[in-house]
Amino acid sequence: MITIGHKRYNVIGGLLGWLWLLVVVVPIYYIVVTSLRDQMEIFNDNPLSIPRHVTFSAYQRVFQNDFLLYVRNSIIVTVATVVLILAVTIPAAYLIVRRVDAWSRRAYKLIVAGLAIPMQATIVPIYYIIVKIGLYDTLWALILPSAAFVIPITVMILVNFLRDIPSSLFEAMEVDGASEFSIMWRLAIPMVKPALITVSIYDALNVWNGFLFPLILTQSANNRVIPLSLWQFQGQFTVDVPGILAAVVISVLPILVAYVVGRRQMVAGLTAGFTK
Amino acid sequence: MKHTNQMDGNSPRKSICRLRKGVPARRLAGNRTQVAKGPSMWYAVPALVLFGVFAVVPLIGVVVLSLMNWDGLGAITWNGLGNWKRMLSDPLVFNGLKLTLVLTVVSWLLQTVMSVLLGVFMAGSQRYRAVLAVFFFLPLLFSSTAVAISFKNLLDPQYGIGKAFGLPWLQQNFLGNPKTALWVLILVVSWCFIPLHSLLYQGAVRQIPTSLYEAAKIDGAGEMRQFFSITLPQLKYTFATDSTLMIVGSLTYFDLVYVMTGGGPANSTRILPLDMYIRGFSSYDMGGASVVGVVILVLGIVVSQLLNKLSGTDKMESQMEGV
Repeated sequence: MITIGHKRYNVIGGLLGWLWLLVVVVPIYYIVVTSLRDQMEIFNDNPLSIPRHVTFSAYQRVFQNDFLLYVRNSIIVTVATVVLILAVTIPAAYLIVRRVDAWSRRAYKLIVAGLAIPMQATIVPIYYIIVKIGLYDTLWALILPSAAFVIPITVMILVNFLRDIPSSLFEAMEVDGASEFSIMWRLAIPMVKPALITVSIYDALNVWNGFLFPLILTQSANNRVIPLSLWQFQGQFTVDVPGILAAVVISVLPILVAYVVGRRQMVAGLTAGFTK
Repeated sequence: MKHTNQMDGNSPRKSICRLRKGVPARRLAGNRTQVAKGPSMWYAVPALVLFGVFAVVPLIGVVVLSLMNWDGLGAITWNGLGNWKRMLSDPLVFNGLKLTLVLTVVSWLLQTVMSVLLGVFMAGSQRYRAVLAVFFFLPLLFSSTAVAISFKNLLDPQYGIGKAFGLPWLQQNFLGNPKTALWVLILVVSWCFIPLHSLLYQGAVRQIPTSLYEAAKIDGAGEMRQFFSITLPQLKYTFATDSTLMIVGSLTYFDLVYVMTGGGPANSTRILPLDMYIRGFSSYDMGGASVVGVVILVLGIVVSQLLNKLSGTDKMESQMEGV
């Protein structure tokens, strides 16, 4: 990377950088220390002081509230959505790149048109459809629309990557008499593996953090996912501030672990669609 | 995004052109069927079905339902333009529209200024900047719900962070005051999304050719001058893309607002998406909610088309934020 040009003393930038660090870190510090504070002490102690008696009882209370069930639901929904998205978008993107005719172009245009549309505005008909097909208050009610909403961005990214595969490679496999399916499976998919990881992370984060669909499409505690359970805790624990913030910490932990393990892929996933 | 023509079909097409001289028509036809060859259309069917049922049908459905009466459970009955007349004379809809515009414009301004500056800062090669950048992204790991709940507690006058500094002014009930609630939301929205946008600007700044800065230095341009004459103009396309993302995204901020204020106090944060939700799922007026939904859709499409035109490039693709 040639960045010598930027290597200079920059007072304003430096100040802003350190200031922003405070803006980011102080609230997170507050969340963590408060979750470790005794329930009685939150009203008396300085909110930023180190707790006098560090206690994990708030975490215990969260887990006693079926939190593991909600974690399980969130994992099921996230994994199923990502698998479904990949299963439908890989062949579609492959077709769009490999088949050059009016129909495949039309299909691509239709899908990509969805990019600039605020789809959340359609929650009323989505609710109607989910109720009509009998999926209301099931995990499927979250999986299907969540997957549908990220099809445009996912297909667009995959198409961009598939187009970079040299056509000579496709031709070589054609000459060998490989079927389209085996070209897709043995050439296209391995070649765009980084893109698949990127879109999977992007899509997974969207589903894992999604709140609106669970709010309108599920009802019972059995089908509750983490974001909705946080909101429920907020209403139910009210004065148990350490408990509520412990739930927040637990909800972020899996993603934090992923961030620590694969920061590069995470960042690529977060900015999917903008940078390549 | 790139739209280079590296499509596989190009090479056979070229070979047709080369063959054209003195080659019987039959051969040409044979070649042409080869061009259309490729995977069968079935490859796209699952994606199209899923997208059709849960994206295309709802888009039409929201328009249809805006002409209906429905309480969410019972029968759906025709209402013509009744809902539209009712909504267009409802001050809450205009209140929502106004709040949405304020939220959109102010958070766009704040986030863009901060993101450009932080993006430029992070693009520097100093080691400590890279370390700071690792922390800068932490807000992105939180779901909107988690952020909303955290800040709701953090801003509480009883046990919130305001107490830490001993300043009575900081211990106000910011979220309970109709005058301050929307501004708090704008700050929290910015806390959530500035990391993402600064990341995009960082990437864009790194792509500016160093030679431009070297030339400027030779011409004796100072740092400020370089920033305004080179860095900012070079970020033009990123600015267009990123602004579309922010603006279309802010039309649908729902989670944060719903969890932090629920639209209150005194409807002072009842932005359009929230107005739609409350009408549909709290007051069981699905027809009215659909009208608001159509308004949001139209706003989103108009804004992204306008920005697309203004930036004068179809290189740009926007995407939605959230959900």
